Amino acid sequence: MVMALRPEHELHRRRRSRNVGLGLVLAAFVALVFALTVVKVRQGDLMEAYDHQPRVSILPKEEPAAQEAGAAGVRP
Amino acid sequence: MTETHAYEGAPEAEFRDYVALLKPRVMSLVVFTAFVGLWIAPVDIHPFIGFCAVLFIALGGGASGALNMWYDADIDAVMNRTRSRPIPAGRVQGGEALAIGIALSGLSVMMLGLVANWFAAAFLAFTIFFYAVIYTIWLKRWTPQNIVIGGAAGAFPPMIGWACATGGISTESLLMFALIFFWTPPHFWALALFMKEDYHKAGVPMLTVTHGRTATRRHIFAYTLVLAPFAIWLGLTPVGGPLYLAVSVVLNAMFIAGGWWVMCRSEDAAKADNYLVERRFFRLSLYYTFLHFLALLVQHGVGTW
Repeated sequence: MVMALRPEHELHRRRRSRNVGLGLVLAAFVALVFALTVVKVRQGDLMEAYDHQPRVSILPKEEPAAQEAGAAGVRP
Repeated sequence: MTETHAYEGAPEAEFRDYVALLKPRVMSLVVFTAFVGLWIAPVDIHPFIGFCAVLFIALGGGASGALNMWYDADIDAVMNRTRSRPIPAGRVQGGEALAIGIALSGLSVMMLGLVANWFAAAFLAFTIFFYAVIYTIWLKRWTPQNIVIGGAAGAFPPMIGWACATGGISTESLLMFALIFFWTPPHFWALALFMKEDYHKAGVPMLTVTHGRTATRRHIFAYTLVLAPFAIWLGLTPVGGPLYLAVSVVLNAMFIAGGWWVMCRSEDAAKADNYLVERRFFRLSLYYTFLHFLALLVQHGVGTW
């Protein structure tokens, strides 16, 4: 007897819907984080941070100004 | 011949069943109000960062929706309106919904912290906790004021949006909170009047059941009176303007009048025309919030005070 076999059960459609959906969501998340990185880096947020020793480049900018003021005071 | 089944019982979940766990219709309100809160804030924010912030606020809202469906599956199974939700229908296991809710809560809070700032992230975490634990687990089955307190969870999103841009809280964001907070009870009680859900069977103390329908009608009118000053006050802050103020005055006059008609009706009169006035009031309440927030957005576009 030849049975009309359906190659795909309805169950497979449901599973594929889950797999494709999750795949698209993950791909979108990767793209989102990448785009976010580009935007954040362009804004220059936290490009440098404390790295276990004082770094001149991230010290407050007041000191050089104070030194200049002092130097100006010494000038005759 | 009969059809052969590989398995018995409810079918497996599709992707959209997981989407349904996040309550997309509630999410649309969250997206809109959070966006308005973020956009009209006095601090400019990069459009893409704003987009991501709103997205993760919405995802946090969705996560709390999944936690709500996990805990309330027994109630949902009893009431007609909610019987076809994924868990009572058997398409999604309760444990799955819990796992999705917790995972998405963590993800959305961490991402909002990285996208915007950690104050906004903490605020989102508090909102999820408030909705899932304080409202769903604790108060919903315990007090007829559940709707009032649950309304606070729905009122936080514009404040979170504002916090994403400014990093804090201010009068304007508190007034946006008040706008949704005091709007929720009349909105839901009007629905409860004509939907006639069997809350009693489900074990939810709804005001219509515990204090009667006449008391519910009085409460609806009282809340429309309390709501109006806050809505109009928002128009006098720096985010307001003549356009918002005009829209707000008209809408509040209509809302108070609607509440008055709902209060004055007897149950027999309501039954006679199948709750026509209550249904109209409910529809008006939908326009009420939408138009208030739309007016804020337009007012921001054309210039505030």
